[in-house]
Amino acid sequence: MENLLRLGDDALILGHRLSEWCGHAPTLEVDLALANIGLDLLGQAQFFLGLAGDADALAYRRDAFEFKNCLLVEQPNGDFARTIARQFFFSAWQEILFRHLAAGDDKNIAAIAAKAGKEVTYHARFAAEWLVRLGDGTEESRRRMTDGMDWCWRFVDELFADDNASLRPEWDARVDAVLAEAGLPRPAKVRGITGGRDGKHTEHLGHILADMQFLQRAYPDAVW
Amino acid sequence: MLADEIFSLLAQVPDPEIPVISLTELGIVREVREGATPEVVITPTYSGCPASLVIQQSIRAALDEAGLGHVGIRTELSPAWTTDWISAPGREKLLAYGIAPPETAEGRLKRLDEAPAICPQCRSPNTREISRFGSTPCKALWRCLDCAEPFDRFKCL
Repeated sequence: MENLLRLGDDALILGHRLSEWCGHAPTLEVDLALANIGLDLLGQAQFFLGLAGDADALAYRRDAFEFKNCLLVEQPNGDFARTIARQFFFSAWQEILFRHLAAGDDKNIAAIAAKAGKEVTYHARFAAEWLVRLGDGTEESRRRMTDGMDWCWRFVDELFADDNASLRPEWDARVDAVLAEAGLPRPAKVRGITGGRDGKHTEHLGHILADMQFLQRAYPDAVW
Repeated sequence: MLADEIFSLLAQVPDPEIPVISLTELGIVREVREGATPEVVITPTYSGCPASLVIQQSIRAALDEAGLGHVGIRTELSPAWTTDWISAPGREKLLAYGIAPPETAEGRLKRLDEAPAICPQCRSPNTREISRFGSTPCKALWRCLDCAEPFDRFKCL
């Protein structure tokens, strides 16, 4: 149950964050891409939360301390470079995680991971390509990409807490390869911030929920 | 046989997003389980595909109309849907409709990345990807460098 909430909440919250870009992205193509990635994540959330219980009730009726998503996904979009840093760190992690889950003992989780893993490959590639383009672009784009990674870096350790520690070497290798292509150094070591998995969130999650849950809170059980 | 009847019924139900191809040609109707409570087993294309609900409603409507209201609809994720399940006639129809069909797994294995799409308008292979994410989750946006037409390409999954 706890694990399903973590998987489902990661997807739900990041999917919502990406939906905030809709109509605001730098180009039409990027707008489509971010909305599509958000949609894939929303689908994942439906699957995982549907296994945990009533997906709608879990999404719309829980308070912030009951959400078990990692802190990385609730961070504000910032500029496009920060969004790309967050997406690459997350999607590269999810790609590795889902490969393990797809081979795991829980048949229901394995089915979702196998299905969604194919989509996540597209997400990670999209983010990696932009990371390289911005990092290897102009002085301005390089500065922004560096700032974006620096902002997100302190939330990375949480991805590898508990059972997920074994995923780290593969993730490090993937990140290092993309950073090398982008000509960017690895962000400086920082003390990781954790807590999301225990329901202790940054202030940003409450603001997301205020927006996302408003209608169901104001008009309980309202249907389309 | 109930299964045959239902398959030929669903072969007439169009995909809501790409109405030139049917649900069976798209490969999302997995099987029909016969028994006391028969079931149609379907599988989604993309996790978040907004058409999933409409597809279920279309199947329900087709079953009701054929007097098969007792047949259930079940969604199963495993094994995960792949574009390789789009039938050969389905691929022809996509191309005629202006959507470059996805490569098959066989073609894909030989390369790290997808080969250029064939332009559905002029059939030139001189094409370029504009965006890997297009008008629906299952499509990418491409452009023909010969006839200059932009077109959708069904993404390999």
